[in-house]
Amino acid sequence: MKTADLIKALAAEPIPEPIRLGRRVALSLALGAAISAALFMALLGPRHDIIAAAHTMRFDLKFIDTLALLAPSALLALRLLRPDAEPGALFAALIAPFVLLGGAVIVELIVTPADLWMTRLMGTNALHCLTLIPLMSIPPLAALIYAMRAGAPAYPALTGALAGAAAAGVAATIYATNCTDDSPLFVASWYPLATLVVVVAGALAGRKWLQW
Amino acid sequence: MRAALAGDEAAYRRLLEEIGRSVRGMARSAFARARVGDADIEDVVQETLLAIHLKRHTWDGGPRVAPWVNAIARHKIIDAMRRRGVRRAEPIEDFEATLAAPEGEDPHTRGDVERLIRTLGPRQRDIVTSISLEGQSIAATAARLSMSEVAVRVALHRALKALAAAWRSANP
Repeated sequence: MKTADLIKALAAEPIPEPIRLGRRVALSLALGAAISAALFMALLGPRHDIIAAAHTMRFDLKFIDTLALLAPSALLALRLLRPDAEPGALFAALIAPFVLLGGAVIVELIVTPADLWMTRLMGTNALHCLTLIPLMSIPPLAALIYAMRAGAPAYPALTGALAGAAAAGVAATIYATNCTDDSPLFVASWYPLATLVVVVAGALAGRKWLQW
Repeated sequence: MRAALAGDEAAYRRLLEEIGRSVRGMARSAFARARVGDADIEDVVQETLLAIHLKRHTWDGGPRVAPWVNAIARHKIIDAMRRRGVRRAEPIEDFEATLAAPEGEDPHTRGDVERLIRTLGPRQRDIVTSISLEGQSIAATAARLSMSEVAVRVALHRALKALAAAWRSANP
């Protein structure tokens, strides 16, 4: 095929409804989160003392942490869908959840007697945390990758990994309403491990499905 | 670009022509630097133009189009070079059986073409047969398969490339 013919044909294509990437990604994330939340409410539901727990700082901190992961990774994934994207300062925002967690761990170590450290770190729900967060990440991750196929990322695996981090942020936010281990020692040990699983899955999915 | 996105066909054509010229230059110098021949340059130009068309919503609407166009062209050039690199590195031992198979046949018979075409997927096969062998127009084929014209062109382009690759490996 001659290049001139291709150009003629492309120019003659009727102009379709423009794709709004930001809206697509936001909608897919919301849809995935809604599916995960619905499944969670049907099968598990939040812990019974959630009203009382909501008044404790340790419990609330979990949500600040998970949202601090969700927001920058979702925004960064969206930005990297443009081939000429310059991630810039947003990449720095990705360390926010780690700084928050690190600070909380230090405070927890100061206010808690040393013989309780290991008990708090191990908690009682580590296995739950490691399985439920990746499982509940599946709907938002799948929806995100599907929506993101309209993009043109220069780094498909990295973009997919960020989608994984955002999906893990959604799942961890939902899971945190059920988990009774609120100590930052527990959160800092198990949540990142569960997130890592989803990030790797996202990177693999990105390499496979976000190529263009 | 803005006029083109708003549906100004002539402006869009001029833009694509201009982009085609600049991408051709980029590809030529990149291929020369990498010391690979420039046989596939037109392929890269066309793939870039297609990507620009299919991904035009990823332009941020800012004052300059060039960085976006260059990013897409770079992506496609690297892609093409990577494919060539892989092709050049293929160990011949794995293909000896395939290479020896068509020996003794006249490569120019219609039967050979049809045998090659049979290696394509059903949709690609349909498009190639309809356009290249039966001489139907792209528009008619697109209407019959209820695909967009660009989708047919993309499929045809890919199918022809796959055929060319199969041809090369059958006729070293």
